[in-house]
Amino acid sequence: MEIYHQRRGTALLVTMKGELDLLTAPIFRAQVDQELETYERLANLILDLSEVDFIDSSGLGAILGRYKRIRERGGKLLLVNAQPQVQRILELSGLDKIMPLFPNAERALEHL
Amino acid sequence: MRGDRTVSAARNYMRMEFPNLPENVAFARTTVAVFASQLDFTLDELDEIKVATSEAVSNTVIHAYGKGTGQVVVCCQIFPDRLEIEVTDEGVGIEDVEKALEPAYTTVPEERMGLGLVFINEYMDALAIQSQPGQGTKIHMVKYVRAPRPDGV
Repeated sequence: MEIYHQRRGTALLVTMKGELDLLTAPIFRAQVDQELETYERLANLILDLSEVDFIDSSGLGAILGRYKRIRERGGKLLLVNAQPQVQRILELSGLDKIMPLFPNAERALEHL
Repeated sequence: MRGDRTVSAARNYMRMEFPNLPENVAFARTTVAVFASQLDFTLDELDEIKVATSEAVSNTVIHAYGKGTGQVVVCCQIFPDRLEIEVTDEGVGIEDVEKALEPAYTTVPEERMGLGLVFINEYMDALAIQSQPGQGTKIHMVKYVRAPRPDGV
C-alpha cells in the first residue's frame, strides 16, 4: 500500500495504491489523522480510490472512522473513482449513501 | 476436511498454516484465489473469494487469540462444481454465533463495522460457523461454479 496526500485549500486529497485491509488500514488512518491534527483548517477529505484494487471490512472501517472525524469538523468526505469490486463493497456496506463518488479529484474539489 | 460431507472426493486440495498476523491476511486471500482459479470462476467471483477469505482470516487476527498470537489453518478443496474453504483457529471461540452474524454487530467497537460475516454471506453460497467459547472457531465456506465445464473438470 502506498499513500500520498496533498493539501488543497480546506481539503486533504489522499491517493492510495494497493490493498486496503487489516494490515494497511492503520497506515492510512495514521497518515490522515496526523494531517488533520497538524492542520486545523483541513475540514474535507477526498479519497482517490482509482488504484485501490482490494478493500474489505477493515478498510471500510478505517474510511468510516475518518468520515466521523471529518463530520465533527463540519466537512465532507468524498470518494474518487472506485474500481467496480471496490464500488460493490461500498454499496453493500451502505457507505456509498454517505460518501459521494466523483469521477476525478477536480470534480470532487468543485463540489466542496 | 469434511470429506464425509459429499459423495464425490475432492479433485485437489491444499492446506496452509500460519500465525494470526495481519501480514498473513493478504497472503491467505491471494493464495486461496490463485488456488481457486483452477476452477472456472470469473474474475468477479475470484474477487468475492478473496474478500470472503480476507474477512475470515482477519477475524482470526482480531478476535481469536486476544492480543496474543496463535495458529490459523486454511484448507481448500476443489470439487468439480465448487470450492470449499475452511478457516480454523484454536482461539477463544464465539460466545453467540447467531449474534455474530447480525450486520453491524461487533465485539471490537473501535472502527470495526461488523460486516465481515455479512460480506462472507453475500459473496459465498454457503457459510457454516462451528464455535464454542474456549474451543476455537471453524468457518466453512462454499462457492459454486456457475457454469461447470461439460467434461466435469
